[in-house]
Amino acid sequence: MSLMFILFGGLAIGCALAVVLQRNPLYSAISLIGVFISLSSLYLMLSAPFIAAVQIIVYAGAIMVLVVFVIMLLNVEAEERKRPRLTFLFPVAALLAFVLIGEVAFILYSVKPARTPGPADIGLTKSIGVGLFTTYLLPFEITSILLLMALVGAITLARRTEILSSVSRLMTGPYVPPPEREEPIIKAVEETS
Amino acid sequence: MDNPLIHSLLVIVAITIAFLSIMLLVAATVLAERRVLGFIQGRLGPNRVGYGGVLQPFADFIKTMMKEDLVPDQSTKFVFLLAPTVAVITAIMAIIVYPFGPTINLPFIGPIALRIAQFDVALLYVLGVTSVGVYGIALAGWSSNNKYSLMGGLRSSAQLISYELALGLALIGVILMSGTLDIYEIVQQQSGAWGMHWNIIYQPIGFIVYLIAAIAETNRVPFDLPEAETELVAGFHTEYSSIKFLLFFNAEYINMITVSMLATSLFLGGWNGPGVATFPILGLFYFAGKILFFLFLYIWLRGTLPRFRFDQLMNFGWRFLMPLALINIFLTATVQAYAGDFLNLFR
Repeated sequence: MSLMFILFGGLAIGCALAVVLQRNPLYSAISLIGVFISLSSLYLMLSAPFIAAVQIIVYAGAIMVLVVFVIMLLNVEAEERKRPRLTFLFPVAALLAFVLIGEVAFILYSVKPARTPGPADIGLTKSIGVGLFTTYLLPFEITSILLLMALVGAITLARRTEILSSVSRLMTGPYVPPPEREEPIIKAVEETS
Repeated sequence: MDNPLIHSLLVIVAITIAFLSIMLLVAATVLAERRVLGFIQGRLGPNRVGYGGVLQPFADFIKTMMKEDLVPDQSTKFVFLLAPTVAVITAIMAIIVYPFGPTINLPFIGPIALRIAQFDVALLYVLGVTSVGVYGIALAGWSSNNKYSLMGGLRSSAQLISYELALGLALIGVILMSGTLDIYEIVQQQSGAWGMHWNIIYQPIGFIVYLIAAIAETNRVPFDLPEAETELVAGFHTEYSSIKFLLFFNAEYINMITVSMLATSLFLGGWNGPGVATFPILGLFYFAGKILFFLFLYIWLRGTLPRFRFDQLMNFGWRFLMPLALINIFLTATVQAYAGDFLNLFR
């Protein structure tokens, strides 16, 4: 356990706690970005630079931007301190947490870490690419189709009325004609002078 | 280099030198921008402080530092402080992957590689750091508690996200050709033909798409909608003063420099040029010269072009640049697949 692992592992745990405990949704989102960045550093130390970079680009750079956008646009206020409603679920939550801790403890005690480290180039871009296009080609293609379906679904939901009609515009919303001014501004200036 | 302590010490020295040179370059760019804009508009520009105005950026720096550091009432103070920090840190983090020159032989010390770090996913690292930079602007706009700031922040985020796609896709052509994500490798592959075997010969479309997207990414004219003075006062940094404003200002210019470095490394051969093979120290000057060319281009565009309207900006990004970048990828892949061996004869 190196110093860097303790640093970034601790940072990840601290940020994860902050995600849950913060009352302001924007602070939670920022903490979640912190979690992703620390996780990416951990991947880097496990000699998986590609996964680390993708973690930053996809999660911190794309998904969380969307979340922060939504929070900013909807102007979600800090959650008020009100009486919790689903109180009967507390014991269930405690039980589930206990089961999770039990599972982690079981894995920590029963599974032996591999004595021999894997090949050194296992986390590099080239080996991942070769693996994706040879051994795991079918899962890769299925995932692509899944993503395509999600994309088409999002576009269909966004324009319910008519799918991509000729007057539809990308990103700019409905066309708003400029307001027609009945009297030119110059006239007002002339009157005052 | 064997001793890890000496190695990390060398890295720290390299980072310090790179940091200081970038900061000096920022000051020089600010001055050059004002002087060149003055020349373009038929006036003098600042020329009183120091010889020809050389000390003007430092005078401005001291003056801005002396200003009162305002924090708007009812703003989210933590986020308000966080935003400029994020902007400048993500901007400066990107410089560590660029090779400034080839390995040179110094007297007394021995061979030294003019780069800070070399790793497998350097290009992805640059893209990742750039994409995190959005938060600086978005959070600044939100936390200022000001409608102009919020509009500027939202515009800027939308613009950055849209043009990031075109930027990333424009780079894929180069990646397909060179077969690596390591910027140092890509630069070294362009050293053929007396140092003039640059990727721009094979990737003209990619270069143009990258250049336009990069200008949009750095929020410069003609894509400077986030700080359109006529509409939004000063956009996302309306409420920022003193050192926090300086951080945003610095971040913008550092971004310009790093984006120019990426364009130089990927398309214009990095430190390659005639004569580098015999005199490696020349590489440093070639690299600096190419960056200065891009910086001049930025200033030139600012003096020449008017600003886009926001819907024009979005249409241009999504309907023109994105398809163009996709066509470029398709063309490059086809040529690589069917004529790659033929092209490799010239490498």
